[in-house]
Amino acid sequence: MDPKEIRERMKIPRQPMGEQPPEERVKNFYEVPLGYTPEQAIEEARRCIQCKNPICVGGCPVGIDIPWFIRLIAEGKFVEAARKLKETNGLPAVCGRVCPQEDQCEKVCIIAKKGESVSIGRLEKFAADYEREHGEVTIPVMPNATGKSVAIVGSGPASLAAAGDLIKMGHKVTVFEALHKAGGVLVYGIPEFRLPKKIVDAEVDYLERMGVKIEYNAVVGKLDTIDELLNEGFDAVFVGSGAGLPYFMGLPGENLIGVYSANEFLTRLNLMRAYEFPEYDTPVLNGDNVVVIGGGNTAMDAARTAIRLCPDEVSIVYRRSREELPARVEEVHHAEEEGVNFRLLNNPVRFIGDKEGRLRAVECVKMELGEPDDSGRRRPVVIEGSEFELPCDVAVISIGNGANPLIPQTTPDLKLNKWGNVIVDEETGRANKKGVFAGGDIVRGGSTVILAMGDGRKAAASIDEYLKTGKW
Amino acid sequence: MFEIVGKKELTHLVWQIEIKAPRIAKKRKAGQFVLLRMNEQGERIPLTIVNSDDEAGTITVIVQEVGKSTSILGGMKVGSSILDVVGPLGMPTHIENYGTVVCVGGGIGTAVTYPIGAALKEAGCKVISIVGSRSKDLLILEDEMRGVSDELHITTDDGSSGHHGFVTDVLGEFIKEGLKIDLVIAVGPIPMMRAVSEVTRPSAINTMVSLNPIMVDGTGMCGACRVTIGGENKFVCVDGPEFDGHLVDFEELVMRNRSYFKEEKMAVEEYTYHEGTRCYDKKGDD
Ligand SMILES: Cc1cc2nc3c(=O)[nH]c(=O)nc-3n(C[C@H](O)[C@H](O)[C@H](O)COP(=O)(O)OP(=O)(O)OC[C@H]3O[C@@H](n4cnc5c(N)ncnc54)[C@H](O)[C@@H]3O)c2cc1C
Ligand code: SF4
Ligand code: FES
Repeated sequence: MDPKEIRERMKIPRQPMGEQPPEERVKNFYEVPLGYTPEQAIEEARRCIQCKNPICVGGCPVGIDIPWFIRLIAEGKFVEAARKLKETNGLPAVCGRVCPQEDQCEKVCIIAKKGESVSIGRLEKFAADYEREHGEVTIPVMPNATGKSVAIVGSGPASLAAAGDLIKMGHKVTVFEALHKAGGVLVYGIPEFRLPKKIVDAEVDYLERMGVKIEYNAVVGKLDTIDELLNEGFDAVFVGSGAGLPYFMGLPGENLIGVYSANEFLTRLNLMRAYEFPEYDTPVLNGDNVVVIGGGNTAMDAARTAIRLCPDEVSIVYRRSREELPARVEEVHHAEEEGVNFRLLNNPVRFIGDKEGRLRAVECVKMELGEPDDSGRRRPVVIEGSEFELPCDVAVISIGNGANPLIPQTTPDLKLNKWGNVIVDEETGRANKKGVFAGGDIVRGGSTVILAMGDGRKAAASIDEYLKTGKW
Repeated sequence: MFEIVGKKELTHLVWQIEIKAPRIAKKRKAGQFVLLRMNEQGERIPLTIVNSDDEAGTITVIVQEVGKSTSILGGMKVGSSILDVVGPLGMPTHIENYGTVVCVGGGIGTAVTYPIGAALKEAGCKVISIVGSRSKDLLILEDEMRGVSDELHITTDDGSSGHHGFVTDVLGEFIKEGLKIDLVIAVGPIPMMRAVSEVTRPSAINTMVSLNPIMVDGTGMCGACRVTIGGENKFVCVDGPEFDGHLVDFEELVMRNRSYFKEEKMAVEEYTYHEGTRCYDKKGDD
């Protein structure tokens, strides 16, 4: 690209993404960002200067050929752009929405040095949505069957990525999912207004059309164990069972009525659609004052979901300061716009109930930041005598998840670390047990969609290798 | 989809339902349960697997109509299908030859006591059963319990059958007489399980109870089913459903089970209002 063209392109301002205004969207569960129009997408794509050595690619955990797909968008070849994306990322419509691009590709994009980076995530979402909405999703030509079959435990992003690759390699793929719907956290955790469920459904449908078999209501370990799967005809097993074990804080009153884990609160609302109670049968307590404890993405999801149930107030209680909030900046911003109250440098110490055991307040203490700890973050210390009561009738504990114990419990010879995560070889995703591979949150603890998918793809490649050579 | 292949009314609004679920039937052990979701709008409700038939590929559950979901299930006909059935969940009862075991069933809880009693009998235990209910016509599984017990005692609150009084009267009598009891298994309404645990506590007789908290996923993912056992938080769906009765915080369980009291009432009202003709559907099922 000649220098003049580059200068021209660098003058194009970053295209803003339309959004439902906050006062509207707090009354519904529809998606918040509206997406680019084709004109906006082309304009935004033209901001990419098509670097010879694109550093953005290095920032992408799965190494998407970013300048290539962006060039296709700039040329108006939207469907081709989506197909390019899918060569490396099976779920671009999902990743375009939920990846923390500001910490990955967009963080290192060369344009960011002079101004605002190219909106790689929004372009990814645009291309994928365009392909889907225009009915352009086509089934690839499938290779001859290899005669080998693979069992996949769970249907979160790690598993979906592995399934997509393995089926395209000609293996028979069966996914066993404990719940009645596929997608893992994408369907039970991440809310509709951030990731519409129809997008996940379309991806799952695509896999099924390629021949992936999904068995719902199938809890591996309780029906067949991993050993039984291996003995009964599966040549390899991929474990993508996720980090679904909610941590509680061990505070007095934690089991009062109205105290939820974020997983329970979000599952009731997303998977079971409690926001449509009583048309849907699963209830959730509609609090007047909701307190969400924690500062990560899950906490933002819980708070933003809670505010859509029309309470008087929703607060986030977080023990450090704004700078340390682990959630994406965009999510914090969205939450604030929607009216979530941030009570920073506050820490809960006990839950207080009424006579019937219903939550009526959470007692908190105020904190201040002291010396930096091992992680380099300043350690919060309690300010003596700062106790106060925060009235609330619903509290959502959102302080993280541990590894789901079902698979380890029923596969005693699977090697785990001290947090209960499956230990695998980083390069191949192999566990210590012959024929067993693992990836995603069951290996990493709470992580991200894209890293989980990356694990799934890596494992698929080494499963293929193992099935071809038989070598372990 | 899971077809209902058999259905029988045991007593007023209590149904025994046989469901085609071959994979579950093959794996299920005594003490385990399933979660059911009747239809697309449905919630996920836990029910103990009372019996299973590996050959026929069926499992049997017993349900009492107490709320909307249980009423929908109670109203379903043979030949219709349940959308989702997942299981077998929870830890199986630890079965071995303990010696003398007293199996206590209260009300519909007898549906849970029965398979455990059967498994214990098969393992060689001496099984003494005490089955209680409010009155004679509410007793369930009397013959089945007799079939797996060395001794069967019936109690009714109103004296219409067997001993006039509570299951704990009979159990207390055994203990007073100095009967050597190696294990007590008690399943029924929470006040009954708590009372049984109090009766056995002074002589430190091992007492297992089966808990029935509110559940959502049944796989340890949400924590809805948490209970305090000896001061520790446990998830009933993966760590239970059976726990040492002497360690259970029953008061908390009673409290938590009332979480959605208001919402449940509302759901039932909506349901009976909209589906006012449901009683007709039920005719011809039995
Ligand atoms: C509320 C929330 C918001 C998040 N937001 C983001 C975000 O914006 N961006 C981002 O990148 N990441 C986000 N994450 C993290 C991300 O969702 C996870 O890292 C990712 O989903 C992990 O994928 P996985 O495939 O390992 O497992 P999961 O998505 O956890 O899926 C595991 C699946 O396995 C099933 N399963 C478990 N045990 C068994 C068994 N024994 N048999 C059969 N099935 C079983 C489970 O039911 C589940 O469906 C968020 C997480 C949460 C909880
Ligand atoms: S670094 Fe930025 S400008 Fe360069 S190729 Fe990547 S997206 Fe385009
Ligand atoms: S029902 Fe969700 S953890 Fe037990």
